[in-house]
Amino acid sequence: MEEVIKDIIIKENEDYIINMGPQHPSTHGVLRFEVCLVGETVKYLIPHCGYIHRGIEKMCEKDTYQQIIHLTDRMDYLSAHINNEAVCLCVENALQVQVPERVVYIRTILSELSRIASHQLWWAAFGMDMGALTTFFYGLRDREKILDIFEESFGSRLLHSFNTPGGLMHDIHPNFQNGIKEFIKYFRKKLPEYDQLLTNNVIFKERSIGLGVLSKEDAISFGITGPSGRASGFACDIRKRFPYSAYDKVQFNEILFNEGDTFHRYKARIEEMKESMNILEQLVDNIPAGDYTAKLKPIIKLPVGEYYQRVEAARGELGVYIISDGNKNPLRVKFRTPNFSNLFIMNKLAAGSKIADLVAISGSLDLVIPDIDR
Amino acid sequence: MTNEDLKLKISSQVPDAEFSENKQFTEALIPHLSLHKLALWLKNDPETRFDYLFCLTGVDYGSELAVVYHLNSTSHKHDLVLKVKTNNRENPSFDTVCDIWRTAEYFEREVFDLFGIRFNNHPDMRRLFLDDDWKGFPLRKDYTDEHTIERK
Repeated sequence: MEEVIKDIIIKENEDYIINMGPQHPSTHGVLRFEVCLVGETVKYLIPHCGYIHRGIEKMCEKDTYQQIIHLTDRMDYLSAHINNEAVCLCVENALQVQVPERVVYIRTILSELSRIASHQLWWAAFGMDMGALTTFFYGLRDREKILDIFEESFGSRLLHSFNTPGGLMHDIHPNFQNGIKEFIKYFRKKLPEYDQLLTNNVIFKERSIGLGVLSKEDAISFGITGPSGRASGFACDIRKRFPYSAYDKVQFNEILFNEGDTFHRYKARIEEMKESMNILEQLVDNIPAGDYTAKLKPIIKLPVGEYYQRVEAARGELGVYIISDGNKNPLRVKFRTPNFSNLFIMNKLAAGSKIADLVAISGSLDLVIPDIDR
Repeated sequence: MTNEDLKLKISSQVPDAEFSENKQFTEALIPHLSLHKLALWLKNDPETRFDYLFCLTGVDYGSELAVVYHLNSTSHKHDLVLKVKTNNRENPSFDTVCDIWRTAEYFEREVFDLFGIRFNNHPDMRRLFLDDDWKGFPLRKDYTDEHTIERK
């Protein structure tokens, strides 16, 4: 690799710059990479973001805490529920409200369902990025089952805003638990197909093993969290390190690899889907009876102070930082989104690799652009 | 390391540090001139070893601009919040920490973009989200433009 880079520097006068994006199918949103090429090799890469910057943090300063929930859906729309939960937990901790056990269990179940659905869509799209169109149909077919469960209980499939400070908007559908059990039975049968199609595929392996290697030190320094960080051996799972909701009541493994290449970032997500199903199995039959929400005042005013809540979203660590001056609107809300940090490792991973591998590397980081721009 | 030990250690490096306790984190308000030195020391000292900067936030408190650093140690599993403040709203600037934690490079660009706080020695101090010719810094409390609508 070093030789390649040295070679590139000598030919500096022959820089050739192309833009990948903002409307490129493999960036999964509007993001532009300014790629400098020498022949087919990437010399460096500059990400340009801001194409869908909506100023969510500014909007939050004018909104009440209930309204903020609805904005967080639109950040990482594939783990919308987890974003909602993060804000709810932050507000509840600030108010020192004890939410009913039923809520805690349902929230954890929904988080894990969202995680599986998100990883399914990632798997579908990642396969397509790598040139395997069939995965897209398989992934979306299975994700549909989860979206059906969501639709039955909350009336919406993607952005459900089902959480509210203090609990949930309304109770779950009577068929909720059965639906999940059926899904687990179904998906346990289907997951081996994923391995047959992609994980054990020789062409896929040849392309992804050893590509875009990220060391543990870099992962920590660049703040790469989620499955991408854990594939490099960075034990960053918030569910283990700082348990919230019902994660201290369930048994599960943190998926860790040391290789840190594209293939292991892929593998970490596949394994995580299995772990998520284990968590679901432990919780689904044990949802306690009770209220679906704690009684809160209609206008929430947080005590003066600063509150931070971190949760494990589908792509990594999501932090919500609320500064309150005692009014019904926050003074400042900051979202530490996982994709924001994950994006900026791209230059490090892609420099020196071929341009065709760029798509594989960015696919393995599983970027969701609205989460970066906010 | 307990919070008290941490406070003592920071005081030994920066005697002017002011501490405040919230339920989650130990929080240290430090003079901005000692920021880079303290940050480097916090990362390298074997007892503190804050190697993971998980959040960097710009804040406009109305009269003061501040930057908040949320630090975590992956080996010792303790957290710390560093805060630097300035009254200079015309030309605020702090030292960069992106040579210590690489993730800070883009966090700092975001803070510059939305708050107009410059970071000295930063390798690439440009706007991140907005256009280069954008006027003003939107997340400041006194920001207005022709599109601002006052909600009644």
